[in-house]
Amino acid sequence: MTDSYYPKSLSEALELRRETGAIPFAGGTDLMVRFRAQAGTLPKLPHPVLFLGHLEELRQISMDSSGTHIGASALLSDIGVSEHVHPMLSETVMLMASPPLRNLATLAGNIGNASPAGDAVCSLIALDASVVLASLSGERTLLLEEFITGPGKTVMKSDEFIREIVVPADQPDRYWYRKVGTRKANALSKLSLSAMATVHEHRVQDFRAAFGAVGPVVIRRRDLEAQVRGMTLDQLSRETEGIVDAYRPHIIPIDDQRSQAVYRLQASLNLLRRWIDLLMQGG
Amino acid sequence: MDSITFRLNGTEVTITSPGTRRLLDVLREDFSMTAAKEGCGEGECGACSVLKDGRVVNSCMVPVGSIQGCEIVTLEGLRESEQGKRIIDAFVQSGSVQCGFCTPGMVMAAASLLAEHPRPSEAEVREGLSGNLCRCTGYDAIVRGVILASREGEGL
Repeated sequence: MTDSYYPKSLSEALELRRETGAIPFAGGTDLMVRFRAQAGTLPKLPHPVLFLGHLEELRQISMDSSGTHIGASALLSDIGVSEHVHPMLSETVMLMASPPLRNLATLAGNIGNASPAGDAVCSLIALDASVVLASLSGERTLLLEEFITGPGKTVMKSDEFIREIVVPADQPDRYWYRKVGTRKANALSKLSLSAMATVHEHRVQDFRAAFGAVGPVVIRRRDLEAQVRGMTLDQLSRETEGIVDAYRPHIIPIDDQRSQAVYRLQASLNLLRRWIDLLMQGG
Repeated sequence: MDSITFRLNGTEVTITSPGTRRLLDVLREDFSMTAAKEGCGEGECGACSVLKDGRVVNSCMVPVGSIQGCEIVTLEGLRESEQGKRIIDAFVQSGSVQCGFCTPGMVMAAASLLAEHPRPSEAEVREGLSGNLCRCTGYDAIVRGVILASREGEGL
């Protein structure tokens, strides 16, 4: 039995996925770490893998009226410098891992891995991104928030894989991305915030905040965002502590080797407060 | 076992191997090319860096079955090129090597960086080397080496 498949085309990849159930393998920078074995031995992958990284059809980054389409196998290093990609996503991607890993890693991998600390996932959720899932039976498009259901858990079926990620063209005017980690390169996030807003004539027209690594999935509360929308900057100023308090019960981090829950909660709320301050300063 | 064909330092090679075998192990065991080294085995340290289609990657993260038709360059190939000689020379002149374990990876990362940015700023050099760990030099001597190589490499 083979341990891997190397399809020549997208259609062959879809057939192999259905026939064999092999694990979609784009850059491999999560899978090769999770299943690494002793030096000189094969990685202990539980199932055969389906190589997808080489398929040109999956490596494209393009733009149309609906938004930016990022192929499942597009490299982070290409996404980070593409003129079609929203600057918050570019910034996020260029702060992930290191140059050699960004030359292998993909957005689809970051999404499929479904780690609560997946940096790209946090910004993509703030950007209202969708994933397009392909199978021999056809395609379906899901909001990324609906696709990831828990740590390492997604609603991807055994005959599907991610074909592309779509970021809507229409976005708020402003964004702010902050990642808190031990060092700049190669650090997994202790926590992160991907925030967006539109302020027009002193009134908040759009407000979004997505928090990474502080819950089983990225935390984005559309109910709380709706309460902020429509506020004047004066109201925002008076209500800042109220908004921060409203988010507090939803930020539910854990202690792990990277950080502590108490720090993650406090730092997340401090970032939120800082974002609101930035909006009031117009800076 | 699969038959896998790729280009290695300019020569087409075909091996028979499980597709998930790490490129790092193939280079060291099948081709006796030992410049790429295993440091961490999880993509953090850069000691196993090679060029894949001109860009630096961690060969411990690359299953050999995924690189069919790709161009792989290791330090054994790079050192024969003008660019490789220039970088190695600049490392020697700048005292960029102490124990030497990270050096092949640093040279590959430098080659990838200089191909993209022929005249990098110091900040770009540090960013370009940020996937490679060195526990001896404190990095400054390596950064100076890369900047020296970029100055001397003008016109290459």
